[in-house]
Amino acid sequence: MTTGGVRPLAEVRDATAVVGGRTVWTGVDATVSAGEFVAILGPNGVGKSTLLKALLGLVPLASGTVRLLGRAPGRAHRGVGYLPQRRGFDATLRVRGVDVVRLGVDGDRWGVPLPGRRSRTAAARVRSLVELVGAAGYAHRPIGEVSGGEQQRLLIAQALAREPRLLLLDEPLDSLDLPNQAAIAALLGRIAATRNVATVIVAHDVNPILPYLSRVVYLGRGGAVSGTPAQVLTSATLTGLYGTPVEVLSTSDGRLVVVGQPAARHAGVA
Amino acid sequence: MTPSFSLNLIADLREMWALPFMLNAFRAGTVVAVLAAPVGWFMVLRRQSFAGHTLAVVGFPGAAAGVWLGVGATAGYVGFCLAGALVFALLPRRAPDGGERTGAIGTVQALALASGMVFVALYHGFLAGTSALLFGSFLGITAAQVRTLAVVAAAALAVLAVVARPLLYASVDADVARAAGVPTRALGLVFLLLLAVTAAEVGQITGALLVFALLVLPPATARLLTVRPGRGLLVSVVLAVVTVWVALFVAYYSPYPLGFWLTTIAFAGHVLAYAGRLVAGTRAAVA
Repeated sequence: MTTGGVRPLAEVRDATAVVGGRTVWTGVDATVSAGEFVAILGPNGVGKSTLLKALLGLVPLASGTVRLLGRAPGRAHRGVGYLPQRRGFDATLRVRGVDVVRLGVDGDRWGVPLPGRRSRTAAARVRSLVELVGAAGYAHRPIGEVSGGEQQRLLIAQALAREPRLLLLDEPLDSLDLPNQAAIAALLGRIAATRNVATVIVAHDVNPILPYLSRVVYLGRGGAVSGTPAQVLTSATLTGLYGTPVEVLSTSDGRLVVVGQPAARHAGVA
Repeated sequence: MTPSFSLNLIADLREMWALPFMLNAFRAGTVVAVLAAPVGWFMVLRRQSFAGHTLAVVGFPGAAAGVWLGVGATAGYVGFCLAGALVFALLPRRAPDGGERTGAIGTVQALALASGMVFVALYHGFLAGTSALLFGSFLGITAAQVRTLAVVAAAALAVLAVVARPLLYASVDADVARAAGVPTRALGLVFLLLLAVTAAEVGQITGALLVFALLVLPPATARLLTVRPGRGLLVSVVLAVVTVWVALFVAYYSPYPLGFWLTTIAFAGHVLAYAGRLVAGTRAAVA
């Protein structure tokens, strides 16, 4: 399925996911093309993370197809950076931020890293990644001791270590305060634009990332709609998705508020 | 006759090493220290200390059964510890919080201690008695035993060197490592087997209950001193070797068992490192 001769980097076709006997979503289509900044949105429990994991091949589909960088998922590690949802590192973890970033560079190689040209190249790469995300001030401290926003910057650096063409982030703004949400969103927007990394971000609040988005995939009861934020984030579209009245309100400072969407846990199995 | 201690440490060491059993004790102790420290470093990082301790305890019935069946204590240690590791590998995945399956592991530990006592009872006439199996002994280590320890330790260290980097990745960040193509489950099994072999080796010197003196304390102390993975591994090895040497040296002149000195010296090192860090922290805060 090509659009204008450009193969999508990631593609989900008519997909159904079943987790623990429950159909999470069905009939979902989504594509991500080079240079896009895509958000996967929707209420809690609707299967946003499941969609991201399905793209990565970490969750098998009940039906439908996934292609990641033109291949079956699970065989395309090198071109993809992944940042899973997390509650933060254990405060007692005595491993430095630079070590965590370094694992992204060559952590999957067998053997012990020996001093030499390859090791120097990797160390230089870590330095430039740490500078890119603005983490130089605390990258040499144990990662368990730095703040949530600082950990998130280091993890973004780690996910970028292989110069991925596609970056998949699961709730990277979760558990951050508002200024940090804005700062991390701006960092991701800048990286997507300047490094030509297509970015897929799972979020439950669209507002911090709204200025950078090219497209959204909105998961609702059983299905999904996708399009530009202006197309999808409207009362009419979301009402159609849920089958019950949903209103999208715009506040005076430009923030969007979705009112009336049913909680997914009750609607999902209907 | 109690050997007499002189202030000339070199002469003391020469005197000790003139005795074959002491020379073998130093050799065997050095081998297990060099193996225990890096494996223990990963064990502490992976928060699998309870599994490690249980594997060590499993060595007790192993050794007792080995002697009872006439296949030798060493074969018993290794066989039982490896079997224990396979049982742990069959347990469902790690607990949701990333911790160990403590209930199942604790059950195995209780069973191991109980069956150890049975094997001891079945075989009448343990020379060194249960106490040597539980709390260690440095007497009567043969040159052949040292050779076996060294060969097994070298093989285990070679495997650890090959898997070290992806194992670090999987230990720090399993989800991301898996997405990057690291076989985290297979590495988990390999590490459990390494832990079993290590517990079996160390247990022969320290006794089943005091394996921790070498498996946990040196790495835990090293983690107080440095946060760099490479340095941490190196410092662990140095601390473990120093602990073994000092403990053997002291135990030679003292009526108390080796295990007591090993744990006491390793613990003293840990307390010193902790105090040093507190002092350094206060200084940094004042400056």
